[in-house]
Amino acid sequence: MTEERGQTEAAMEATWAPARGFLGWFTEVDHKRIGLRYIVTALCFFTLGGIEAAIMRLQLAGPERHVVGPDFYNQLFTVHGSTMMFLFAVPVMEGIAIYLVPLMVGTRNVAFPKLNAFGYFIYLFGGLFLYTMFFCGAGPDAGWFAYTPLSGPQFSPGKRIDTWSQMITYTELSALVVSVEITVTAFKQRAPGMSLNRVPLFVWSMVVTSFMIMFAMPAVMVDSGYLALDRLVATHFFNRPEGGDPIFYQHLFWFFGHPEVYIIFIPALGFISSIVTAFTKRKVFGYSVMVASLVFTGFMGFGLWVHHMFATGLPQLGQSFFTAASMMISIPTGVQIFCWIGTIWHGRLTIRTPMLYVLAFFFDFLIGGLTGVMLASVPINWQVHDTYFVVAHFHYVLIAGAVFPLFGALHFWFPKWTGRMYGEGLSRVAFWLVFIGFNLVFFPMHILGMIGMPRRVYTYQPQLGWGGLNQLATLGVLPLALGILLMFVNFALSRRRGAPAGPNPWDADTLEWSVSSPPPPYNYLHVPTVAGGHALWDAAPDQPVVVGMRTDHREVLVTKAVDAEPSHREELPSPSIWPFLVALTTGITLCGAIFYAWWFTMGTVLTAFALIGWFWPKREPLPEAS
Amino acid sequence: MKRLAILLAACSLLACHREQRSLVPRAADARRTTPVRVSDLQPGRPQPAVTAMKNPYEGNAWAVSEGQRLYSSYNCAGCHFHGGGGIGPPLMDSEWLYGSTPANIYTSIVEGRPNGMPSFGGHIPEQQVWQLVTYVRALGGLEPSGATQPRAEEMQARRAEEPK
Amino acid sequence: MTLGLPGIQSTLHPAGPQAQRILDLFDVFLIVTTVVFVIVVVLTVAAVVKGRRRREAIGEDTRGMKLAVGTGAVLTIAALITLLVTSVATGRAVGTFGGGNPDQMEIVVTGHQWWWEVTYPDPQASNTVRTANEIHIPTGQPILLRLATRDVIHSLWIPRLHGKRDLIPGRINKIYIQADAPGVFRAQCAEFCGLQHAHMSLVVIAQTPGDFMQWKIHQQAPANDPATPQQAHGRELFLDLPCINCHAVTGTDAYATLGPDLTHVASRKTLAAGTLINNHGNLAGWVSNAAAIKPGAQMPPIPMNGPELQDLLAYLENLK
Repeated sequence: MTEERGQTEAAMEATWAPARGFLGWFTEVDHKRIGLRYIVTALCFFTLGGIEAAIMRLQLAGPERHVVGPDFYNQLFTVHGSTMMFLFAVPVMEGIAIYLVPLMVGTRNVAFPKLNAFGYFIYLFGGLFLYTMFFCGAGPDAGWFAYTPLSGPQFSPGKRIDTWSQMITYTELSALVVSVEITVTAFKQRAPGMSLNRVPLFVWSMVVTSFMIMFAMPAVMVDSGYLALDRLVATHFFNRPEGGDPIFYQHLFWFFGHPEVYIIFIPALGFISSIVTAFTKRKVFGYSVMVASLVFTGFMGFGLWVHHMFATGLPQLGQSFFTAASMMISIPTGVQIFCWIGTIWHGRLTIRTPMLYVLAFFFDFLIGGLTGVMLASVPINWQVHDTYFVVAHFHYVLIAGAVFPLFGALHFWFPKWTGRMYGEGLSRVAFWLVFIGFNLVFFPMHILGMIGMPRRVYTYQPQLGWGGLNQLATLGVLPLALGILLMFVNFALSRRRGAPAGPNPWDADTLEWSVSSPPPPYNYLHVPTVAGGHALWDAAPDQPVVVGMRTDHREVLVTKAVDAEPSHREELPSPSIWPFLVALTTGITLCGAIFYAWWFTMGTVLTAFALIGWFWPKREPLPEAS
Repeated sequence: MKRLAILLAACSLLACHREQRSLVPRAADARRTTPVRVSDLQPGRPQPAVTAMKNPYEGNAWAVSEGQRLYSSYNCAGCHFHGGGGIGPPLMDSEWLYGSTPANIYTSIVEGRPNGMPSFGGHIPEQQVWQLVTYVRALGGLEPSGATQPRAEEMQARRAEEPK
Repeated sequence: MTLGLPGIQSTLHPAGPQAQRILDLFDVFLIVTTVVFVIVVVLTVAAVVKGRRRREAIGEDTRGMKLAVGTGAVLTIAALITLLVTSVATGRAVGTFGGGNPDQMEIVVTGHQWWWEVTYPDPQASNTVRTANEIHIPTGQPILLRLATRDVIHSLWIPRLHGKRDLIPGRINKIYIQADAPGVFRAQCAEFCGLQHAHMSLVVIAQTPGDFMQWKIHQQAPANDPATPQQAHGRELFLDLPCINCHAVTGTDAYATLGPDLTHVASRKTLAAGTLINNHGNLAGWVSNAAAIKPGAQMPPIPMNGPELQDLLAYLENLK
């Protein structure tokens, strides 16, 4: 028996062997490695964005300071916002999903591994392009939503805004790619027995996120594409005198921009459900209500973009509708919070660092959510729109609502990813520094907004009396930055020296905890089966596995979308250089086009060649059908 | 890490001229426009002829854009229209009655030209003259396309699809 | 409620009915959300305490808990409906305030990078008043502001009188403001509009109707003629130097509209869109090199020597 198992393992090791060496880095298709790359790259961008924020806080620490000038300050806040939204928040959630979703549903890789690799490279090139231009003195400077006409050809000369609009195209392309993979993996590759009512809540949250990406991202790609056309070839989409409309830009942008917030926030809800389940040792209260809430949030997220535009003077009746919609969206989130509280109430709670971050989420996200209800009201919005009140609000929503759960998730899955435990003591110190620092930085901003401080000002005058609160906010950067640094140091140390974790250190319920840490390249020696909503807790002692899959090809089991009955086997591709090359040619097309229009044509031809290489039929015979 | 540092240093050295913005003018920018010499005969040590003058903003995107703003502010469009010409000669074609070098155009603006081109010397500070020079050259396709924006936020003299 | 916070540009110190209504609404929201916050935090803490004491998790979703969560949801919805109704009612009151009065006083506010042009239109063109970075209004009556822009999107925000409204190319937005008592209220651009967005502010000066009429009649008069030889030389310089390219002074050859109208510049409280107090030193610095004070400002440095500068200042300071 063990000998047979050993033989299978050896065969699987050989078939699913990861790409090695320098070239291997460019050809990798394993979802775990690519997922980790997303996470690490996104955390690097997070650090850069954080440094930019710290410089801005230094500039604002007192009235009329001269740390940076207006030109550089405008670049700083634009690059900070764009980095945090497009290069950190969305990709890091996607990276975790790419790593975890295939493991959680019990399959061996994502549905389209080569596309997955392509998505990562496109994202990386987009980020590198933005930062190369930023370091060359051409960072975008019209804010992360780049309203026309300020971002148009007349008021933003140079290549700054073109860089921004292409960076959007890159990262949205990558997000679309990931959303397609996650959706297909979650619907077609679940282990037998994992019918839709047994899918882990994290996978549900990623499915909802993916659908939102599919509908939201095209809007912003069109928007940034129109902007690029206005700027590069003199079209008139947003030029008022020739019949274009700057408000049209805002509608398109926020039709993406508001769902974007939920695209960042909904994965975090999934993290929380996973963490709460593991640390209360019981299923999350009200599974079907939780799923319904996620889906409802996903739909409603598209119905409230106009609350970003109340000050543009749209008709009263329409505004009331968007007020109602904006308030309604707090219902599903409220219900989820009540369900988690119920879970904790009836569970056997142990508090470790991931759970601390979840509790911090309850406390601080609540503040962000409630200020969100205030912002939904048209008259209040007229007063606080575009002030530091809004800055405080969305940092409470995005940091407390998404980054706190993310930090929790990083600690929670760290043993799975590295095979070692993080240092608990150090992580608690880091947690308290982050928690205190965050509130010190951002809470005073609510008051600053109420007493008149608009956002995106590079300085303010002494007689306005904003100096004290700004100084307090800047002081808070110290513990916050120190806490995050400590967290990274803890991860770096624990990766080498942490206690070995074993497969399931938390005694958690989902399938990824059934395999070794880190998981083998093929994830599961035999595709598992599932007997309940909590795969490991509900498993029978002799829970069957799927046998008969080939070990000499990269095969995955495809199952039916609803009840996950086995349907057929599908062969997945081996490592390949083509995704990298297609990403490279696409990158050349997009970068080149902003400097010289013919690059668009030349790049398209190059990309066509690269795609031919990608899809070139293989010579080897297909595996026999059985 | 070291390689990264070197890369960053290289980037900041290369910090490109096209993207620079001179937001705080220097004292020199405020001086009245340089007198234009029509003869090489000079007393004392010879000073450079106007043709030797260099446009400090050559290829600079910010200067093109500022020039564009000034072009409409100072009503250049009143005669030259949006480059297509009308009362004054067109500026977007390849014919230049008085030369197309930055120094030539500088002279045209500062000194004026016969048959209607007013002399703006002394009325417009040096810095703005050079910004106008840069924009006028951009209209004629003489500045790098990477530094030039294709249109302003206004009615257009020609459709985008039509070549210059 | 104001907690001793600075009130120069504060939504917490309303000075007119519009801002007051919004602040009242904000207070309602603040009370309701604070109550919700306290309840949820207490529940969370209680759940953590309960959960930590428990030896064995209760695996089932009990009827009691279902009832509790359901009640929570219903209470949330009830609170939201209350807030929605109050909010819509306030929105209606604020939105319809001041409308329907045929002889409404109208002021046109036009945004420029980076200053505010303020015009008091009059059927008789010569009586039209043009000023900059200062809105004078009579107290006790609704005033209609028409908002337009010359370049990018700006947003006019006078926190002590009303919420903000955007100035959008190709559109004219309207808001009604009213001040209850005389006072000076600072306002600022609230939509990012480029390099000097931070220094694009203005003051609203509410005066008794009598004082306001006096101010307006004074503004309708043409500029003061130079009273001394120094001022006369200053005017010559003004008309000779690049100043004339952008500024207007009624009664002279200067009638450009690119920069603020200077006919009564010395009567204004501030310079450079609310950035500097209007005094001799600041005016000298601003005229010599504006962009050194506001980097990116469109006013070029003016070529002048010291005595010329003093003459020009003498002329400008006489434009009361």
